[in-house]
Amino acid sequence: MTDRKPSFAPERLSGWGRYPVETCYVFRPEKRSEVAATLASGLQTSYIPRGLGRSYGDAALNENAGVIWPILLNRFLSFDSASGVLECESGVSLAEIIQFFLPRGWFLPVTPGTKYVTAGGAIAADIHGKNHHRDGSFSNFVLDFRLLAPTGEVLLCSPAAHSEIFWATVGGMGLTGVVMSARLRLRRVDSAYVFVDFFKAANLEDALATMDASDERYEYSVAWIDALATGKTMGRSVLMRGNHAPEAELPARLRGPQSGMQDPQSGMRNPQSGIGNDSSIPTRPQWNLFMDFPSWALDRLTVQAFNTAYYAVHRTASRQLVGFEKFFYPLDAISQWNRMYGKRGFVQYQIALPQVSGRAGLRTILDRLARSGRASFLAVLKRFGDAGNGLLSFPLRGYTLALDIPAARGLVPFLHELDRMTLDHGGRIYLAKDAVLRAEDFAAMYPKLESFRAIQRKLDAQRLFSSSMARRLRIVD
Amino acid sequence: MPTVLILGANAGIGRALAAEFALHQHDLILAGRDLEELQALAADLNLRHNVNVRAERVDVLNFEALESALAACLAPAGDSLEGAVLCVGYLGDPEAARKDLKEAHRILDTNFTGSALALEVLANHFEQKRKGFICALSSVAGDRGRQSNYLYGSAKGGLTTYLQGLRNQLYHSGVHVITVKPGFVDTRMVYGRGKLPLVAPPEAVARGIYHAVKSRKNVVYVPWFWRVIMFMVCLIPEELFKKLRM
Repeated sequence: MTDRKPSFAPERLSGWGRYPVETCYVFRPEKRSEVAATLASGLQTSYIPRGLGRSYGDAALNENAGVIWPILLNRFLSFDSASGVLECESGVSLAEIIQFFLPRGWFLPVTPGTKYVTAGGAIAADIHGKNHHRDGSFSNFVLDFRLLAPTGEVLLCSPAAHSEIFWATVGGMGLTGVVMSARLRLRRVDSAYVFVDFFKAANLEDALATMDASDERYEYSVAWIDALATGKTMGRSVLMRGNHAPEAELPARLRGPQSGMQDPQSGMRNPQSGIGNDSSIPTRPQWNLFMDFPSWALDRLTVQAFNTAYYAVHRTASRQLVGFEKFFYPLDAISQWNRMYGKRGFVQYQIALPQVSGRAGLRTILDRLARSGRASFLAVLKRFGDAGNGLLSFPLRGYTLALDIPAARGLVPFLHELDRMTLDHGGRIYLAKDAVLRAEDFAAMYPKLESFRAIQRKLDAQRLFSSSMARRLRIVD
Repeated sequence: MPTVLILGANAGIGRALAAEFALHQHDLILAGRDLEELQALAADLNLRHNVNVRAERVDVLNFEALESALAACLAPAGDSLEGAVLCVGYLGDPEAARKDLKEAHRILDTNFTGSALALEVLANHFEQKRKGFICALSSVAGDRGRQSNYLYGSAKGGLTTYLQGLRNQLYHSGVHVITVKPGFVDTRMVYGRGKLPLVAPPEAVARGIYHAVKSRKNVVYVPWFWRVIMFMVCLIPEELFKKLRM
């Protein structure tokens, strides 16, 4: 009960990339008051909040220190069905928001490639999605949030009130305090389907030229890119761009009040809708990867074969109707898909490059990657729109490239080499995915770091918030 | 819509049970010590399941005010009130309780005296209406006293006996009484207390309780296999049992 000292569990934790793995002391508050009680308890030297553990590296790890896991603080607090403003606690997952609000005609304004992310995590990483070129990042849709500051006081932060703390917290990787609740603006949708145009680009030039020319016609735009192709086909890609399908344009069998949206009351698929698997909303993944793949399963040869086949089976085609699950969250269908990379794990490597130097940067990096022979399957390329105001927010106008690279010998020096190339082209690394960046490179990539540090220092004079990432990158000092 | 009162709905099994009843379209009265938490849960269940949920402050340790606090919960529900569930439990700090009588007192009062008094008030209410159910969470710890939690266990054992008598008493007025004995459940009662075997998620336990209420069971173990485990534990001769470290 409240009067007792908060209890914690020692856990071997990792991010989604399963590298690194560290011992952390996890607090799991069931009441709001327990979060403040934990900070005041003196039981650990520092704390970092953690959500569903989908950041890839060490962002939500705090080796031999405290992790606050407010996963049970996941209550919807209010919803205005006229404006679509949802107030919820920070432990609410995007999956829950979809489950309960998509059937009422509301969808996430910005979503990453997984729906197993909490609202708190979405704010801390200032996540982006396939619509960044048009709508920007998650913080554009955060009206305000209540932040439990390291001092123990709760601050209502918005772009108008405590604005400097607001912009330090979005993208601030949990280092300014614990977001307790937030008000988010959802977007109206007519159906749970997207009309997608597929376009096969023969190489990088073709892909970028097509994106630059016509991305603005699409709410969502993303390209799968073959990171192993070399020479004339370097950067060959499949562009997938789409818009939410208006209900009136759906085939008759998919129409109706639900349009592929699941009935939240029953918690089961709507038996009347007659809609297939891709359209209903599973609350849990359908498949579970219950064991680690051996580490050779995704080596250069298998990935090259996969990439070639993937490129070959796709055809340029327009107005393909795709269910939102398949379009936004293809990997969510497999629980623990990260085990594909075997016990050693993998790193996700995501960079953003500015418009002017983006082409040259992408060419340099893809070339280096192909020559290295390090397999990357699921490489993703997309255009970014304008950068937001978050001091440590990742997106900047230009391009972003995301790669999965299996952990293997020599990986860290190799990534440092890529970091340098990124930096030389004026780019930066996404903190939510990073596990190996060096502090000096980080400082060069994020020019607003000093302003962030100044605000953080003032807010957290007792140095109560830290993480393994924060120490590695000297985000806080 | 039928209404159910859940006393101790703040967290853990009580909260999961509230969600289970809401999922099955019951209106709810959530009672507990922390009104702010209850109001957040009330808003949440209303938004998720479109049911009416009211939050009321009730503290089972405040014996004097118990009758009036519960009356305030019960009165507005009127005849729609289908039943009540008592989800009150305090494991406390068994180590500290050996040196600190206050802690021992609190464990006994929460798990037995306060719980039984609250049930007395509820029993009178339902007895007059001559219908409804009363469900209360006891514990497998009440089946046999052991070294590590005998204050908690004895209070829960007392509650189990109380519920036996109450079931007998209320049977004659058509009110059904359900005794629930959960095993280890993944709530703050066990979180951070080292690795325990067979820990069940509160949602699964809540489904079991909901089912027990609807099928008018008398005594249920959740999950079911605790009935087997506790049967075995009770078979161990006292001469041997007293030497065990558990």
